[in-house]
Amino acid sequence: MFKAKVLIKRRKTILDPQGKAVEIGAKHLGLINIKNTRIDKYIEFNVDTKSKKAAEDEVNDYCKKLLANPIMEDYEFTLEEVK
Amino acid sequence: MKSPKFGVVVFPGSNCDHDTYYVLKKIFDLDVIFLWHKQSSLENCDVIILPGGFSYGDYLRTGAIARFSPIMNEVTRFANKGGYVLGICNGFQILLEAGLLPGIMIRNESLNFVCKDIYLKTENNETVFTQAINGQNILKVPIAHGEGNYFADENTLKELEENKQIVFRYSERDGSVTNAANPNGSIKNIAGIINKSGNVLGMMPHPERSSDSVLGKTDGSLIFKSLVNNILN
Repeated sequence: MFKAKVLIKRRKTILDPQGKAVEIGAKHLGLINIKNTRIDKYIEFNVDTKSKKAAEDEVNDYCKKLLANPIMEDYEFTLEEVK
Repeated sequence: MKSPKFGVVVFPGSNCDHDTYYVLKKIFDLDVIFLWHKQSSLENCDVIILPGGFSYGDYLRTGAIARFSPIMNEVTRFANKGGYVLGICNGFQILLEAGLLPGIMIRNESLNFVCKDIYLKTENNETVFTQAINGQNILKVPIAHGEGNYFADENTLKELEENKQIVFRYSERDGSVTNAANPNGSIKNIAGIINKSGNVLGMMPHPERSSDSVLGKTDGSLIFKSLVNNILN
């Protein structure tokens, strides 16, 4: 079994409305040096396979078909064997 | 006698501001103004209302960004001096994030946005917001929210109970507080709470949507009526 840690990032060229709205909060707080706030998604789950290759394939599938939208997001992940 | 002056705060994303304004102006014939979230003066209002809506798109957490809007410094100061503040729906969420009321709001247990009429049992009708509610103490008021699942730790709940700060609970039509009557998973069926000093009330249901008889229900008007009576007396 493997523990997957996936980071999904919206492409830099695509507006991140959430990051933009949150940064307005930073300005109101007086944190004037905060720039380019981007809010990404971090997702953890287990993949119950014997081989790392099989786990990688399944995570790629999961990311491409559901977790990320390849039109506007990139993803990266790590796999760590767990007992 | 001078009419009490109400201020309805408008955040980017508020969408019940006009309903609230309408009720106070047209149904109650009161002095009411809008207060833009960037202004720093409350313009001598006697009551501040944080209306429902989706301030700042509900990003991060509901109310988390609005709570730092410039006007909130004044609202906090006003509340700490005993000024009356009513937070409805998103307004309640903002009051929680601002620390003016204890606890937090999480996603409805069902994961659904729930929009329907519910019954509220008034647990404390001695507050400035509820004194006009008498008799059976059960109100029919609509809710419309995705994050109304109130949560607080055990100590906070104990304190809320002991100080009679739980003002409204979701109930059946006959006032019994049951799981079936809980629309969002809120702990102890909590629908509205008041601060310890009794001048800041937050509630998820929308009294402004049940104050005009044209809509077939007017129980919500009792909350505004209580406030007006209190200020005039």
